[in-house]
Amino acid sequence: MERTKIDLWVGIFVALGVAALLGLAMKVGNLTSNNLGKTYSVSAAFENVGGLKPNAPVKSAGVVVGRVADIKFDSKTYEAIVNINIDQRYAFPTDTFANIYTAGLLGEQYVGLEAGGEDDSLKNGDKITQTQGAVVLEKMISKFLFNKASESESKSETVDAAPEN
Amino acid sequence: MIARVWRLGAGARLFFLTIIYSGESFRRFHLTLREIYFTGVMSLLIIIVSAFFVGMVLALQGYNTLQKYGSSEAIGVLVALSLVRELGPVVTALLFAGRAGTAITAEIGLMKTTEQLSAMEMMAVNPIARVVAPRFWAGVISMPILAALFSMVGVLGGYLVAVPLIGVDSGAFWSQMQANVDVRADIINGVIKSVVFAVACTMIALFEGFDAPPTAEGVSHATTRTVVISSLTVLGLDFVLTSFMMVV
Repeated sequence: MERTKIDLWVGIFVALGVAALLGLAMKVGNLTSNNLGKTYSVSAAFENVGGLKPNAPVKSAGVVVGRVADIKFDSKTYEAIVNINIDQRYAFPTDTFANIYTAGLLGEQYVGLEAGGEDDSLKNGDKITQTQGAVVLEKMISKFLFNKASESESKSETVDAAPEN
Repeated sequence: MIARVWRLGAGARLFFLTIIYSGESFRRFHLTLREIYFTGVMSLLIIIVSAFFVGMVLALQGYNTLQKYGSSEAIGVLVALSLVRELGPVVTALLFAGRAGTAITAEIGLMKTTEQLSAMEMMAVNPIARVVAPRFWAGVISMPILAALFSMVGVLGGYLVAVPLIGVDSGAFWSQMQANVDVRADIINGVIKSVVFAVACTMIALFEGFDAPPTAEGVSHATTRTVVISSLTVLGLDFVLTSFMMVV
């Protein structure tokens, strides 16, 4: 086969490869959905972050407005400090409420922001004071079972006590 | 046993010599280009057809299990992650060893048998620079491209089964995939795997050809060994690389 034809085929081959890689990055991967543009950073202290991971979405009204930058443990307050990058386009009041929610019953965890009523907006480096940590399923179930047990105990007590009176 | 260790050392020596003498394969790039044509372009058909079927089977089998948990939308994630992280690089390497590796071994083994390599040395042409290095670089360049194509075509095959055939929502298929496939952790790691497999497969094929006894039987044994050793090396390396890339 002559050389120019080989060159042409190899060119097509390499172009196909680059196209496949680009397709993987754009269509299959999260290269397009991950960019936030310019962000500002705020932090929030949670009692328990559950399974929250860095790069998890930060949503408000269901729309992704930012990403979790990192999660650290504060050894003084024994709380988890979560740094959040929020897109510059979105401003939130200083009394915004931060929750950790789970997408679906078993889905990944994300930070939900609920706007408050203050006039001032959160700035870079600010701290969100009102937070609620992740709901730990085991804790909830054990609480539920404990309540049930104490309920039936108090019931049986009243039943036991009845004949005496 | 001693012979195995000796062969391992000789293989490592050939690898270093190939790296040292690979200047010529870039200065006279048409040599490498020719080999890319034979190892890469000619492997396109087998890679694309197998990728298509692998993707379709993955979608069918995945649906079988996922629908029990009512999450058949996650089928796109399953297909994409299995292909990009694992099957793309590994199956491409196995096919590459069978399709291109054997050809390299047989070609170099025959060159040695017919004393073409000795003739080159007589003419003061270094056979490693002229014959081995261009084939090595052609393999290293071709295989990541083939692996990326494999993953992409496989995803398209999975899409064809999941969306028109099974009836998964097309938007959910792509958006769940994009939400769960990370460019750095999944796609780049897949590319790294395929580069490592390319070096291993091509080097084994070259060494087996270079080391083949100059008889018809010797070349045939060498070709068989290329397939066996490349496949085992790829599967072993895959485990090692995956455990390195695992984020705890």
